[in-house]
Amino acid sequence: MKLTLERRLVPSKFAAWGGVGFSILLALIMGGLVFLGAGANPFKAYAVMCLGAFGDFYNVSEVLVKAIPLILCGLSIAIPAKILVWNIGGEGQLAVGGIGSAAVALFLSPFLPPPFVLPTMIVAGFLAGGLWASVAGFLRARMGVNEILTTLMLNYVAIYWMENLYFGPWRDPTGTGFPGTAIFPEAAWLPRFPQTRIHLGLVFGILAALVLQWAFFRTRWGYEIRVIGENPKAARYAGMDITRHILWVMFLSGGLAGLAGMAEVSGIHYRLQQGLTVGYGYVGIIVAWLSRLNPMAIIVVALFLASLLVGGDQLQSVMHLPSAVGLVLEGTLLFFVLGSDFLARYRIKLSIKSKEQPRVEQKAGGIEQRASS
Amino acid sequence: MDTGTLMFILSITIRSSTAVLFATLGEIFTERSGVLNLGVEGMMLMGALSGFAATFYSHSLLLGILTSLAIGGVLALIHGFFVITLRANQVVCGLALAIFGIGLSSFLGRPIIGRVGERFVQWPIPFLQEIPIFGPVLFNQNPLIYFSYFLVPAAWFFLYHSRPGLNLRSVGENPAAADTAGISVIRIRYLFTLFGGMLAGLGGAYLSLSYTPGWKENMTSGQGWIAIAMVIFALWNPWRAVLGALLFGGINALQFYFDARQFTLIPSYILRMLPYLFTIAILVIITRWKTVRKRAGAPAGLGLPFQREEHF
Repeated sequence: MKLTLERRLVPSKFAAWGGVGFSILLALIMGGLVFLGAGANPFKAYAVMCLGAFGDFYNVSEVLVKAIPLILCGLSIAIPAKILVWNIGGEGQLAVGGIGSAAVALFLSPFLPPPFVLPTMIVAGFLAGGLWASVAGFLRARMGVNEILTTLMLNYVAIYWMENLYFGPWRDPTGTGFPGTAIFPEAAWLPRFPQTRIHLGLVFGILAALVLQWAFFRTRWGYEIRVIGENPKAARYAGMDITRHILWVMFLSGGLAGLAGMAEVSGIHYRLQQGLTVGYGYVGIIVAWLSRLNPMAIIVVALFLASLLVGGDQLQSVMHLPSAVGLVLEGTLLFFVLGSDFLARYRIKLSIKSKEQPRVEQKAGGIEQRASS
Repeated sequence: MDTGTLMFILSITIRSSTAVLFATLGEIFTERSGVLNLGVEGMMLMGALSGFAATFYSHSLLLGILTSLAIGGVLALIHGFFVITLRANQVVCGLALAIFGIGLSSFLGRPIIGRVGERFVQWPIPFLQEIPIFGPVLFNQNPLIYFSYFLVPAAWFFLYHSRPGLNLRSVGENPAAADTAGISVIRIRYLFTLFGGMLAGLGGAYLSLSYTPGWKENMTSGQGWIAIAMVIFALWNPWRAVLGALLFGGINALQFYFDARQFTLIPSYILRMLPYLFTIAILVIITRWKTVRKRAGAPAGLGLPFQREEHF
């Protein structure tokens, strides 16, 4: 009896999406085991998580609140990933977006008519994040410098810069040492849906996903992106300017993350403060990959992961279980999905092998053993 | 600047470079086998936490070190399994492990933040440390640093002057040819991915048991990522890795010096950014340096899964 692996000629779509579903199931089982290990009843724990995420109006709204930066950061990572460019700088770009829009809110808003403040902040946040990412984009496009490392390094630079601003020159003059800027004037507050903390950023995220989905399949840009991602050589032969695409894609990607920063700063905190960067840039990687880089799927996955996070928080307060269980579930889910990708690309074959079989016969179909016998 | 201050700075340079050096050496071996492990930051943090925790509860530094090696190794094996056996995307898998390691260490480490445990102390080597200037700098350090003095030449010798090292290099450059020559590509990749993870864990343990004793969230401050960049700067060579690590350590030492002397010429937040900007700078330099690029580059098989039936 021998297990062999045979590469499929065409990756199986059924297995790809079925794999995601199966992975979710496996991850839930794993989570259940973790609960058991921590001495809790897994069914009760999951029930608490579900109630915590969906049980009442406020909880559902909190899921949406958490999903907003996840959608934007997920999109931010997914776009360059389509051409195999990795922007891990979401945290830093988010921070810089926050800085840019805070600058407008704190220093430009006195000079602008109130209806102009928010649009200016949106543009500022997007531009700031986009430019920050473009540093790494330029280095990659023009000089071939590894963008994973440059975007990561810039994260640290951005965060130190931001900290210096709200501890130093931009510190709240009336504050009692609170690490943050003054509260923004009301013209700079993103409107919220009544009785919730859901702010207009949700519209940004969904709109961006819709636009990108449309762009990927209905525009020339989207077409070129897809070609470059699937077959760079063919793209080059067709005369597509890969350098320019990398530059634009990184700018767009950073802009989306910067928009997430603007949304957090202007919709949740109403100031630039400590606690702006909590890892959305990194979780965005998980969102993007679980969605297989599909913008519409990103919305769904972001909601799902947000519900894990909110439900996990509930676990902590109700059952005194560590809220990081949400993170653990996300991690196991990602790994199971990575593993299930394998099933989409390879077929497992069981075969009965006897030593007398001549080598010629074994060549048809699968991987054959090296001629050791 | 008097010799006392110079020696002080040099000594701190060495101490600040060791964690990055361990992680870089480990990753050099992993990448030489053709596997890209981006999870180093997570492995370093988990190594730091587990090493400190083990020492704190068992009062044994040795156990701490062994634990950090084991934890780093386990995480690396997970990476290896997904990447070598399941042929998953190496970038995503490594990043996932890094995120996982960072998050898990933050969460698990909460109970022991700020606790004080055993730490490695300096072991001055009696005769060698009398050498003027370099004596105390090099030979009045702790045992982990002495281990690195041994590890680097051993790594160099192994890589370039031994049969197993040759096998390793060939697996990274041309796995198909290595396979034809009878070398087990899979086994070598697993082995050196494991080794890389163990060294990353050791680097983390160095931080928590010696450099800044104790546990603090995110205490590596990105040294894992910096190590990955260092591997490129080092052109996958152990000696150049030392150079890179010393440069990094030097920047850290300068930070200390400026802080201590309260030079306000460079604001402290810019000082803190320097290691990261420096890393970007060396990446740009090494990527653009034409003569260097012609002579040495990444192992040709880096990041690509190996599948026997696809190489006829």
